[in-house]
Amino acid sequence: MANEVTLLDFWPSPFGMRARIALSLKGIEYEYKEENLLEKSPLLLKMNPVHKKIPVLIHNGKSICESLIMVQYIDEVWNDKSPLLPKDPYARAVARFWADFVDKKVYVSGKRIRITKGEEQEAAKKEFIESLKLLENELGDMPYFGGEILGYLDVVLVPFYSWFYTYETYGKFKAECPKLVAWAKRCMENESVSKSLPEQERVYGFDLKLKKVYGIE
Amino acid sequence: MGDVSEVKLFGTWSGSPSPTKRVEIALKLKGIPYEFIQEDLGNKSESLLQYNPVHKKVPVLVHNGKPIAESAIILEYIDEHWKYAPKLLPEDPYERAMVRFWANFIDEKLRSRALVMSEGEEKAKLIKEYIENICVLEEGIKRDFSGKSPFLNGESPGYLDLVLGSSACSHRAIEEIVGAKLIMPEIHPLFFAWVTAMKNHPVVKETLPPHEGLLNHVLKYKQRTLELLNTKA
Repeated sequence: MANEVTLLDFWPSPFGMRARIALSLKGIEYEYKEENLLEKSPLLLKMNPVHKKIPVLIHNGKSICESLIMVQYIDEVWNDKSPLLPKDPYARAVARFWADFVDKKVYVSGKRIRITKGEEQEAAKKEFIESLKLLENELGDMPYFGGEILGYLDVVLVPFYSWFYTYETYGKFKAECPKLVAWAKRCMENESVSKSLPEQERVYGFDLKLKKVYGIE
Repeated sequence: MGDVSEVKLFGTWSGSPSPTKRVEIALKLKGIPYEFIQEDLGNKSESLLQYNPVHKKVPVLVHNGKPIAESAIILEYIDEHWKYAPKLLPEDPYERAMVRFWANFIDEKLRSRALVMSEGEEKAKLIKEYIENICVLEEGIKRDFSGKSPFLNGESPGYLDLVLGSSACSHRAIEEIVGAKLIMPEIHPLFFAWVTAMKNHPVVKETLPPHEGLLNHVLKYKQRTLELLNTKA
């Protein structure tokens, strides 16, 4: 049976980027469909009726939602090339733990930095940097979280690289996490990553526009 | 290192419908012997802080000295390390994605803590939302798990049954505290049938607290939390 793969996505979404990177690393051909989140397509609403969010992966007519679930699905189906999760159950649990941490801490505090002000924003910045430092610690001396090559956690975290410039405008964090910045640049040397991430300046422009729309100064 | 597998589970007091229960049931279903270490969340042990320095929460499974945190991740680890039956997750990648999707939904949308603590208008709003989310879950069970009976995992409870079960089986206590029915057989027939099957499963029954004990525990939790808020004010 032919493999029909479609990705419903939105270009600045770090979650969408995870799927793009995974699909590229595995050499999977797919159709990319850009969604207008202010006017969601009938296909999106049909394929993700519960959350109505992107990204959504459609494989031979069946939809898979939630980026972490999607990346694991891709890894499990196309298991002949570029394994993302390690084989050892304990190493897998550790990778999943940190992926969950990225979503609960890095993404949440990063978002709060952009939409709050004053004390709340300062608290968010502190949490954001602390979370990145914990990840730096986890990386240790390895070139990638996956060891010698890119793995699951690298795919999960590296999309935030495209948002680095945007976060820097709110508060200097790159100086606090030089190892992580070096790691991200190393990941960007891989075409699957660089092709999947938008330019940092373009993301910054998007953030400015978004703030205007939501009336955030 | 000996051949004997050493398993420790750090968890909360056995009278609560917490994520710790999910792990306990899984260990029992697989027949894995373990040592339970009860944590007082108001006075966490050095060991817990050492094994889960990032979140400082329970449950934490420590297997031969190596810690794993977050109940859903622990369940996958248990299934991957102790590969024999009963399997907790399905083999097919698409079915696994479905199971993980609904587990996320449950952890995101069916949290009872805020509901239990709420009053007045806020409570009415949360009750309505909760029931709506159960309806979404009912639809999901119908659409994605029609072939599976009596549990979402088939013959034996699995990952999703355990993630959902630790709180769903305590619905009567929550309903009594908020003073409203949340799960109704007329509106949520599949979900209700599933809860009944769960409650009657011998391992689940012996692990989850009885209604009275649970009710008292939740009421005490609410009272303690209110006292803490009042002393702060």
